[in-house]
Amino acid sequence: MLKTFSLGGVHPAENKFSAGKKIETLPVPEQVSVPIAQHIGAPSEPVVKKGDEVKVGQLIAKSTGFVSTNIHSPVSGKVFKVDDILDASGYKRKAIIIKVEGDEWDENINRNADLVTDITLSKEEIVKKVGEAGIVGLGGATFPAHVKLSVPPGKTCDVLILNAVECEPYLTSDHQLMMEKGEEIMVGTQILMKALDVTKAIIGIENNKKDAIDHMSNLAQKYDGITIEALKVQYPQGGEKQLIDACIQRQIPSGKLPIEVGAVVQNVGTTYAVYEAVQKNKPLFERIVTVTGKSVSKPSNFLTRVGTPVSALINAAGGLPEDTGKVIGGGPMMGKALSSIEVPVTKGSSGILIMPDKIAKRGTMEPCIRCSKCVSVCPMGLSPYLLMTVSDKAIWDRAEEEKIMDCIECGSCSYTCPASRPLLDYIRLGKGKVGNIMRSRNK
Amino acid sequence: MNVVLITIISLGVLGTLAAIILYFVAQKFKVFEDPRIDQVEEVLPAANCGGCGFPGCRAFAEAMVKSDDISDLNCPVGGAETMSAAAGILGKEVAAAAPTVAVVRCNGTCDNRPKVTNYDGATSCTIASSLYGGDTGCSDGCYGLGECVDACNFDAMYMDEKTGLPVIIEDNCVSCGACVDACPKDIIELRKKGPKSRRIFVSCVNKDKGAPAKKACSVACISCKKCQKACPFEAITIENNLAYIHDDKCKLCRKCVSECPTNAIHELNFPPKKPKVEKVVPENAE
Repeated sequence: MLKTFSLGGVHPAENKFSAGKKIETLPVPEQVSVPIAQHIGAPSEPVVKKGDEVKVGQLIAKSTGFVSTNIHSPVSGKVFKVDDILDASGYKRKAIIIKVEGDEWDENINRNADLVTDITLSKEEIVKKVGEAGIVGLGGATFPAHVKLSVPPGKTCDVLILNAVECEPYLTSDHQLMMEKGEEIMVGTQILMKALDVTKAIIGIENNKKDAIDHMSNLAQKYDGITIEALKVQYPQGGEKQLIDACIQRQIPSGKLPIEVGAVVQNVGTTYAVYEAVQKNKPLFERIVTVTGKSVSKPSNFLTRVGTPVSALINAAGGLPEDTGKVIGGGPMMGKALSSIEVPVTKGSSGILIMPDKIAKRGTMEPCIRCSKCVSVCPMGLSPYLLMTVSDKAIWDRAEEEKIMDCIECGSCSYTCPASRPLLDYIRLGKGKVGNIMRSRNK
Repeated sequence: MNVVLITIISLGVLGTLAAIILYFVAQKFKVFEDPRIDQVEEVLPAANCGGCGFPGCRAFAEAMVKSDDISDLNCPVGGAETMSAAAGILGKEVAAAAPTVAVVRCNGTCDNRPKVTNYDGATSCTIASSLYGGDTGCSDGCYGLGECVDACNFDAMYMDEKTGLPVIIEDNCVSCGACVDACPKDIIELRKKGPKSRRIFVSCVNKDKGAPAKKACSVACISCKKCQKACPFEAITIENNLAYIHDDKCKLCRKCVSECPTNAIHELNFPPKKPKVEKVVPENAE
């Protein structure tokens, strides 16, 4: 019997159309727009100005705090301007727009594809390097990776868990990365283990990626301390708390971080980026993006420079199908609809999902029939129907009592609701309000 | 019969005893409450709307009785009349606050502001604004989901189905500010009602530069500064690419209204302008 997390969860149709599609390198576009806020935390501060020449991998915006990160130029060329552009949600955000000229890389980047297995850097140097390279959680949450690697004083970490679950339907970028860059991920894991000072690492892979499980298990035999855990397919297994529960059966107390139970979770994509940063001196400026959907003629996995417009990826995957209703950044469960396909790919773009009109529409909201399906699927053991009501009626103290802040926004409740109630939308609203109230109380 | 008698007597004795105890307890734990609070509450409109900044009319009455200086307190619903009546009871001075009314500072109707996306999520402006910048090119304007109308307790607002924008029924608006708080985009504002309800305001909150603003909405403020130059009273300031008319300085001369190239400045309740008479230039003038 395969392991999985203990509470709730759903199993939507997997629809992994792009599985097994080789990673293709997308041509560098004519112009890129690199947003200065691509991560959780303080936006970075641009260090280039209009007219500056930049090379691939050159620092263009620097971190403005501990929870913030550096941003490097994904292309070579001239900075056209630093201006507001429309982001995926249709709001204006500052971005560095670069006109591409050639493809000249920074000399310090080792572009040789050979595997480098010797880890020469010390623990502190690795964390510093990861911070400098601007690496963030590539699963989609975009939390700066060096923050997670800095174990706070008084806490100990005894196990590293790699998230290769890819529990979102449709997405295959992590899967394909494991198939093609498995060795590099293994070395990356060793680097992370050294940084965290742990001897044990578990790579959690869902059982719908049998080829990846076999491939990674074979590779893991050569490396000490790395084990592969095949997990039952269940959404949201990729959530940190769910993954820790599934792999090592430890439950994180409400409101605490994984380090509380001695675990640190990193995504496999992040691990590969760490390998490249530490062994090849290559900062994070490109990533693998799955472009997929039911009517997409050529579902693909693209190696894409950050800042490339989404439309370029869609064109490379065979163009926008006629019946398109929604273009989603990320997976179908947690992704967000894009307001325009001209928005740029960011560090957090794990996929571009094109939904046909027929299935993209939300159903008409009907009254709650108290079927409690949302309660049974909630992986955090919450009562979504109740949280929606208290958020709607602005009863914030009750919302806090009902642990609204524990919600991981996986969307299982909205997915399962037979009355098509926008449960998560209201819970998110409540989380925002309650979070503000709690912060102002702590001041 | 005996049973009935015993019951009546015993219950009567118990009742009397309890009454006596309660009387003394009530005396002992009596809380003094200023009788003027009740009197003031009596003259307040009992709308409990929170427009004064207090949770309900009773709390406002308490605040009026307790504070020595009540010049900064105001019941927008009752207006000057109620305030002077309440001040009369207390023998305090009250400053006459100019009556205000809510105005919607967005004219992005379906014709003026074409849609670029469709939204089918929760019908709540706050949720929609946390998800995305709206279904038009203007990320500052009205979402048209009617959270302000839901917040209004005085039937002073409705959604115009044709324009997709909220409309304020001036006669019903008590300027309690519930809609102002409800709007996540800060589009609704309380402005001075003005003499004969005449008001001039910039009906736009778009903070984009001229070109993108105009592209998103044909009646957007493009921060051309023409109104600022035309204003003889320095009542107009421009901040973040957006003109704002300060109602304390505006003398309602209407010079800015005709100056605005996008008709973003609105005038309300003015008589129609007389057609301009061309000045006759006398011939042979020096």
